[in-house]
Amino acid sequence: MPKVKIDGILFEAPKNWTILETARFLGLEIPTLCYYEGLTPWGGCRICVVEVASGGRKRLVSACTYPVEEGLLVSTSTPRVIKARKMALELLISECPTSRELQDMAAKIGLARVRFSPKWERCFYCGRCVRICEEQMMAKAIGFVNRGNKIKITTPFDKTSEECRRCGGCLYICPACTLRCEGAQPETVLCGRCDNELQPSCLEVYDNYACWMGLKGECGTCVEEKSKTKAKR
Amino acid sequence: MATRAKRKRPLKVKVLSEEEKIEDFVKASAKKHGYLLISVLEDIQERYNYLPETALREVAKVLSMPLRDVYGVATFYRAFRLQPRGRHEICVCLGTACHVRGGQRVLEKLERDLNIKAGETTKDKNFTLETVNCLGACALGPIVVIDGRYYGNVTPTKVSNFLKEYQGEKRGVKDEKN
Amino acid sequence: MKRIKSAKELAEFTRKIRAEKKKERKRIIVSIRATCCYLKGSKEVASVLEDEVKKRKLENKVTLLMTGCLGFCQVEPVMVIQPGDIFYPSITPEAVPEILDATVIKGEILDHRLYLDPERKKRIVHWDEIPFYKRQLRLVLGNNGEIDPTRIEDYIAVGGYKALARTLTQMSPEKVIAEIKKSGLRGRGGAGFPTGVKWEVTRREKSDVKYVICNADEGDPGAYMDRSILESNPHSVIEGMIIGAYAIGAKEGWIYVRNEYPLAIEHLTLAIAAAEKFGFLGKNILDSGFDFSIKISKGAGAFVCGEETALIASIEGKRGIPRQRPPFPSTSGLWGKPTNINNVETWANVPIIIAKGADEFRKIGTKTSTGTKIFSLVGKVRNTGLVEVPMGITLEEVVFDIGGGTPNGKKVKAVQTGGPSGGCIPRRLFSLPVDYESLSQAGSIMGSGGMIVMDEDTCMVDVAKYFTNFLQDESCGKCSTCREGTQRMYSILNDITEGRGKEEDLSLLEELGDVVKDASMCGLGQTASNPLLTTLRYFKNEYLAHIKEKRCPAGVCKALIRFEIVAEKCTGCTLCRKNCPAEAITGEPKKIHSIIEEKCIKCGICYDVCKFDAVEKKSGV
Repeated sequence: MPKVKIDGILFEAPKNWTILETARFLGLEIPTLCYYEGLTPWGGCRICVVEVASGGRKRLVSACTYPVEEGLLVSTSTPRVIKARKMALELLISECPTSRELQDMAAKIGLARVRFSPKWERCFYCGRCVRICEEQMMAKAIGFVNRGNKIKITTPFDKTSEECRRCGGCLYICPACTLRCEGAQPETVLCGRCDNELQPSCLEVYDNYACWMGLKGECGTCVEEKSKTKAKR
Repeated sequence: MATRAKRKRPLKVKVLSEEEKIEDFVKASAKKHGYLLISVLEDIQERYNYLPETALREVAKVLSMPLRDVYGVATFYRAFRLQPRGRHEICVCLGTACHVRGGQRVLEKLERDLNIKAGETTKDKNFTLETVNCLGACALGPIVVIDGRYYGNVTPTKVSNFLKEYQGEKRGVKDEKN
Repeated sequence: MKRIKSAKELAEFTRKIRAEKKKERKRIIVSIRATCCYLKGSKEVASVLEDEVKKRKLENKVTLLMTGCLGFCQVEPVMVIQPGDIFYPSITPEAVPEILDATVIKGEILDHRLYLDPERKKRIVHWDEIPFYKRQLRLVLGNNGEIDPTRIEDYIAVGGYKALARTLTQMSPEKVIAEIKKSGLRGRGGAGFPTGVKWEVTRREKSDVKYVICNADEGDPGAYMDRSILESNPHSVIEGMIIGAYAIGAKEGWIYVRNEYPLAIEHLTLAIAAAEKFGFLGKNILDSGFDFSIKISKGAGAFVCGEETALIASIEGKRGIPRQRPPFPSTSGLWGKPTNINNVETWANVPIIIAKGADEFRKIGTKTSTGTKIFSLVGKVRNTGLVEVPMGITLEEVVFDIGGGTPNGKKVKAVQTGGPSGGCIPRRLFSLPVDYESLSQAGSIMGSGGMIVMDEDTCMVDVAKYFTNFLQDESCGKCSTCREGTQRMYSILNDITEGRGKEEDLSLLEELGDVVKDASMCGLGQTASNPLLTTLRYFKNEYLAHIKEKRCPAGVCKALIRFEIVAEKCTGCTLCRKNCPAEAITGEPKKIHSIIEEKCIKCGICYDVCKFDAVEKKSGV
């Protein structure tokens, strides 16, 4: 069984586990969006990125798809990781600001400004609906169509599908379908934020700023961003 | 004794409907290409000049694939089109070498002259304007390809000249030069 | 033609062909069978040539050899007359009878038809004295002038399939791999991974089914080296693949060619059929017990399918979406089996290494980047074409000594390498040697070999915008950072080119570019911000001019330029007014014309047609 080291914890993981499964088993939190337990991992949202060092090279990979291997070194919350996560979320939230899951995650990882103009799309292509339709319902009624900036998820020819059994699985699992609350503020990219502001993960679990990794605010998560710049483009 | 000539009976000719023609075509193509999806789609595109919905549904049946997968592949690759094309297809190369030599301006001139944008077909269904991301003939850029015929070193001023050749002509290469 | 059943039979056949060729007293070599050459009317030249030879009853006295691309695209099609090796560039149908009469029949050299060196103003007779060819080391492309790509006999005559014979009869698979490793050959597709190591890893996998794939999806705009190799010498790639398959233990091979290369596909199909007929493909090749066959799979217009996992998905008939590596294709590739993928140029180098020996091969190039590399030298350069140079040559030598600098005296500003995954290297860094490490340190990559020369009339912000636009369309759409990142980078760059840029944009672009590079899953996303980041690094002044002064220094960005007619130079010829599509020019014949700025759509046609240089491009206040 391959031996890996995640955030300093040495562990012998089963051969077919991913970094995400291993981390969760150890109680380490890695945020995810497109990942859903029971469906094959997609690795598209890039929120679960972690830093791995293998073969002398450090790079960011998605924890949900990367398999454990002998001698793997993983860090889940380096500044490089936090920067990437925040930017990825900034991109997603400007694509689809109405999603409650995205807004909750923004509050959680401390994203306070979005510098891109909102697209107000109703989907951010996490692909959960496609996967549940294929893997759990065996229907394959909907799928990805086109690519790049023209990508969308729909039925063939945008016509009513004969394979669709109206099970509602796609609706249930969609993170964009749960709408954020509008709050008192008019349309902005980041939601109104409940008054009892959602705490960032470290404070949530570790009380004071006594960060057990010794980072003491260096990872950036528990230090709130001062500027709340208005959305740009 | 002379052999009696056999009385000629009218042959029973089966007139295929459009659907049956497509069905036969898809089946033959699938067999020819070992049931490889992309090659079959390329055959259909060559025959019909685009991918008709009926053909794609037939492909899903013949290759035993979910329609969603066939449609997903048909929309992913740029070479496949799901809308019928004009009589003549004008393809402007937007590769880097062509771009640096002014390919964008050639495209803009064509868009102005034909009154359509790249990706669209003229109202009289005569021309479809497309772009491609490099044909590999970079030494002679900017390149424009009309119905498979290559034109090199194109400038905006030359555009109207060769457009005239294709007004109202049937599809296909105009003469046997190339 | 009989099937060749052993190495000995091959040697006999080679001797026979060479003896026949030696008997050829006079030869006319003409480069016909290549896409660019067709474009320049080479088919007509070929038919006129055949007619004129018949007219003069020369069929039995002269051999016609119709080759593929000879590399100097600027002056193709070319004709070489032997004996004498007289090189005649830019052949038109009209030139054919003249050359036949003078040079072929009488043996006289037509001075006015020879290549004229524009710098030294001298006429040159032999091709290897022409500056374009002099500095090159044409290992892979060298045989193009001796081969008709539709005839396997020509390839055998220059020693083709000898390396294969040697491999199958004298070398074990492990020995082949060791030789390739020793040679230091690195993947010519762009990443530069050591080929021998890749083969070794795939060999180690235990599976009775393995595949080798040739990546001929050359998607980089501006790069056409692979097309040239496939069109002009397809057997070199086939031979390389057979040797590789033998080393790795694969029985089936695929060549994935982009569908925009119909001629390459045609020549490959002919070559594979010929190789099968002669027994180089199929069962029990050259009596070795080794079976191998090759199939062709066509691309369908997706740049991302140049990435190996996306390519595999495409052959499998799926959407070309890359997937996570590990597992690598060498472990689990095509249909889940161990697969080795290499670029066209990499495969073409394999027979050369086996024939020459790794030690000889190592002598070329640098210590870490051995051998040669083929570049497509295009853009604002005088001598456009395919150049093959030893690794380690400087950019200065390639662009100026071989390329001849810019065609119209303008200053060279930068050279772009690596296509949309690469970057722009400014003039002041041209003393850099061309090898994998130096180029990547400069922020670019070697890439597949596209080398686009840019001059003072190229706007670097526009170049970054062009590539980012390309990438946002070609992105498969899976990763948020790539899909959204390229769109946002494009949107900000577009704003800058249209005069809406703000200073904070530059830091946002850099941050965004860094994350797109860091967090995307595949090579496309991981290099998507290179064009932007390199231009920001080396040409920040252009960005600042666009943002602060609303000025485009190169005069390209339409929203920031205006056209003006210089009164002193205008002769009132009315040419500009007649050609203006927006009716934005006023003026009487023989009187000074002027442009109405509000109506002007900045198409630049007046600038093009004016014969008196009276139209000027201005930018900024």
